[in-house]
Amino acid sequence: MLVLVSVALAQDRAPYTVGDQRSGYTYLTKELQAQQNDELGNQGMLWVERGAALWNAAAGTAAKSCATCHGDAATGMKGVRASYPKWNDALKKPIGLEQRINLCRTEQMGAPAFAWESEALLSITAYVGRQSLGLAVALPRDPRLEPYRQAGEAFYNQRRGQWQLACSYCHVEQAGQHLRGDHLSQGQTNGFPIYRLLWDGMGSVQRMFRWCNEGVRAEPYDYGSDEYIGLEIYLAERGRGLPVETPAVRR
Amino acid sequence: MSEAISRVRVPPKAAKGEVIEIRAVITHPMESGQRVNEVGQRVPRKIINRFVCSYNGVEVFAADWFPSITANPYLSFHTVATESGTLTFAWVDDDGTVYTASAKIEVS
Repeated sequence: MLVLVSVALAQDRAPYTVGDQRSGYTYLTKELQAQQNDELGNQGMLWVERGAALWNAAAGTAAKSCATCHGDAATGMKGVRASYPKWNDALKKPIGLEQRINLCRTEQMGAPAFAWESEALLSITAYVGRQSLGLAVALPRDPRLEPYRQAGEAFYNQRRGQWQLACSYCHVEQAGQHLRGDHLSQGQTNGFPIYRLLWDGMGSVQRMFRWCNEGVRAEPYDYGSDEYIGLEIYLAERGRGLPVETPAVRR
Repeated sequence: MSEAISRVRVPPKAAKGEVIEIRAVITHPMESGQRVNEVGQRVPRKIINRFVCSYNGVEVFAADWFPSITANPYLSFHTVATESGTLTFAWVDDDGTVYTASAKIEVS
């Protein structure tokens, strides 16, 4: 019976730990875990709610909404967050979910792209991401992504900034240790966009990259840069199988 | 955020005399007034300074808020289900704006 129950749970949602890969969720206090799990207490859900309104709002010269083409997000967008970044044929390079949403706006809707980290882009991304809640992160096995994944891995292990720190120094070698008052996680990306208490608001994975880069006193790359997309792909592959937690609550 | 979004949770049904939990959350920057911006100017204070919950027009819970309450504040409290009707929620901003929400409850 116990086995049956655990199998049923496993099918219901991906586990927070896969092999030696741990979601940032497992580093939270149980109070913060409860906050994330609580549909009302999780403040990120306010952005999801706003995203739901945006989903159905017609915009641009084509007067179309997301729903015009994609219908009900609960079915049409299920699994999307778990599979990004993806290869884009027109641009001949991989793009992240935010870029995909903005391409829809500029090409299909005839509407201006949302700025990175604008409340609108965070909201719609969080809403689309929420539809994959609990699904395992699983990028398509696309050989065209491989060079970017490798570049992302190299980025991750490369010392940078005035402090000469590589991402891996903290998030691999010292994960679980304390950095002053903070608790170092493995830096998994399965919960983005996240509601971060430090920011009093939402942030995309690329905002987190920039924040970390600035933290080691390195010049951050631009939003949507190939460097950061490579990093997104590498981290998604590294955390393959972890559940989508959008919008995760993090410190 | 340009416009405040709130979410409230009230049990849709309750027995008369039952203690019910009420929860509410709203988007708000809750700017403390003590921070300075990039060019050294003080960011003016802008917080929600009062929250009121009324049950069929009768105030059942109220709170005065001060700087250092978190952004996007979440609140949970209890009251007694007395009669069917509407609970209304009001968040009062420093600038005088009142953000409101309401929820219905059926008491049997």
